[in-house]
Amino acid sequence: MPQLFHRGANTIARASIYGGLGIIGLFFWVIYAVNDSPYFDFVGVPRPQPVQFSHKHHVQDDGIDCRYCHTTVETQAFAGMPPTHTCMTCHSVLFADSPALAPVRQSYADNTPLAWTRVYDLPDYVYFNHSIHVNKGVACITCHGRVDEMPLMWRQKTLRMNWCLSCHRSPELFVTPREHVFDMTWVRDGDQRDMGARLVKEYDIKRLTDCYTCHR
Amino acid sequence: MCAVLLLASCRRDMQDTPRARTFQESKFFDDRMSARPLPAGTVSQDYGSYDELLETGKIGQRVSEVFPFEITAEVFARGRERFNIFCAPCHGRTGDGDGMVVRRGFRRPPSYHIERLRNAPAGHFFDVITNGYGSMYSYADRVPVRDRWAIAAYIRALQLSQGATIADVPADKRAELTGGGPQ
Ligand code: HEC
Ligand code: HEC
Ligand code: HEC
Ligand code: HEC
Ligand code: HEC
Ligand code: HEC
Repeated sequence: MPQLFHRGANTIARASIYGGLGIIGLFFWVIYAVNDSPYFDFVGVPRPQPVQFSHKHHVQDDGIDCRYCHTTVETQAFAGMPPTHTCMTCHSVLFADSPALAPVRQSYADNTPLAWTRVYDLPDYVYFNHSIHVNKGVACITCHGRVDEMPLMWRQKTLRMNWCLSCHRSPELFVTPREHVFDMTWVRDGDQRDMGARLVKEYDIKRLTDCYTCHR
Repeated sequence: MCAVLLLASCRRDMQDTPRARTFQESKFFDDRMSARPLPAGTVSQDYGSYDELLETGKIGQRVSEVFPFEITAEVFARGRERFNIFCAPCHGRTGDGDGMVVRRGFRRPPSYHIERLRNAPAGHFFDVITNGYGSMYSYADRVPVRDRWAIAAYIRALQLSQGATIADVPADKRAELTGGGPQ
């Protein structure tokens, strides 16, 4: 009987088995990579806004505190978006005829709100609350990054569940003293673990990992 | 098959439910705002029963010289914090009127340390925050009533601090200011 498979067949068989596994692996890797890319989670992508509002100018150059505009961040779930009146406290005089500010003046005159493009937006089935984080010593910078260096706002963190949980499981790796929560330039001296462990005790921080903490 | 399953997961109706989240655009109201404006004539119930001095800074027609509640160390610290957030951008941390925004070209406000403002009653500061003054807009939407009084108290302290001499410092604290002594 002649040989059915010539000798090279072994190699082909091996190649196709490993190659097949490789292709399946590659398939999952591509899905993972696409899912993790800015195309899906928008990390690092500035969004178009109706007004070229720059946190870099207002926060870094002019030293305005976050709470001047985001007034309810310490007391409510929602951080608060500044009404046009807030812009006008300064821009009624300053740059009062700048073309860059035309939509703001229009909005003030017509009494219609400016429609900002949301940068941070959780799915509606997730509950989030700013006040608890701010009051338990989680700094703006931990979640929103160096806002004072952003000419246009972009997203710094993925807002994925594993990101929230990484901190809820071990808050001592992230907490900051309360008095530095709003400070964009503060740098800790010494070890985060030591300071974190102390602050977790002092602020009585719990590890909230039950599903109903965020899905209610 | 895989592609169909993947596409099926692209529906977003749990991501964006019909519930209105804060300030979200609404398809229901004509002006597209989900946050509804207050009906005319609404009276705030935030502070319990109406208290004229607390909420207007006046007693009858007269601008009040006194504060409606006791200024404790806590109230004072709160006043300093709120002052630095809301007022310091223009008035400067010491109240001289040379804040960052002024240096960028905003109209320069008067210093708090001029004779007229030193003699102004406490209620005047409350009134300026509530109703604005000249080219300064009202801060009533962002500074709640009790915080306005706390800020007024802090301004009073700033004014006193500028006229202070070493003799005003308690004897046991003087060393800290003049260099030596415990830090
Ligand atoms: C002068 C007013 C002002 C100040 C001060 C300010 N912001 Fe903002 N902030 C805005 C405006 C207006 C927007 C909306 C436009 C945009 O997204 O860029 C915004 C948007 C944001 C957003 C994105 C919200 C979203 O989901 O779209 C974040 C996060 C934020 N600010 C954080 C901060 C932090 C942190 C500080 C303090 C370091 C700060 N802001 C100070 C006015 C201000
Ligand atoms: C506390 C005062 C203050 C407030 C409040 C404020 N700004 Fe400004 N804004 C400034 C200053 C000061 C500059 C100049 C920045 C610089 O060059 O350092 C500026 C610059 C700008 C510019 C650039 C203008 C130009 O012609 O180049 C825009 C646009 C702007 N602001 C938008 C806004 C918007 C929108 C808001 C409301 C959310 C706002 N600002 C609130 C003080 C303020
Ligand atoms: C624990 C992480 C975390 C911290 C700390 C945090 N934020 Fe946020 N922020 C978020 C998330 C998540 C959202 C999106 C909320 C949503 O979609 O409901 C958000 C949204 C915002 C918005 C848009 C309005 C809103 O509430 O949806 C602003 C403005 C903002 N943050 C400002 C701030 C400022 C200022 C601070 C510091 C005082 C701060 N944030 C601290 C996570 C954080
Ligand atoms: C950097 C740390 C950190 C991150 C990131 C973080 N959290 Fe938290 N979170 C905390 C801390 C600390 C507490 C307070 C725990 C306690 O009560 O002692 C908290 C509390 C909460 C609470 C409880 C509020 C209440 O009223 O019971 C909710 C809800 C919550 N977080 C949601 C989220 C969501 C959703 C995300 C992701 C978008 C997130 N957190 C990301 C640190 C974090
Ligand atoms: C700290 C807050 C937090 C806790 C605790 C939490 N989740 Fe989530 N969960 C989130 C956030 C934020 C998202 C949105 C993720 C996204 O948009 O990619 C989410 C999304 C989900 C989703 C949808 C997943 C998807 O990819 O669409 C499921 C299912 C879910 N969570 C189940 C759970 C279960 C089960 C638990 C308890 C073991 C839990 N979660 C605990 C914050 C939390
Ligand atoms: C955007 C800049 C700006 C901010 C922020 C600001 N002010 Fe003023 N303020 C002014 C200007 C300008 C004047 C002078 C107004 C005039 O004479 O037309 C003024 C005047 C005053 C006066 C003097 C009134 C008089 O009798 O002459 C007081 C008191 C005052 N401000 C208090 C405050 C307090 C308290 C805050 C914080 C809640 C504050 N201001 C925040 C710009 C500002």
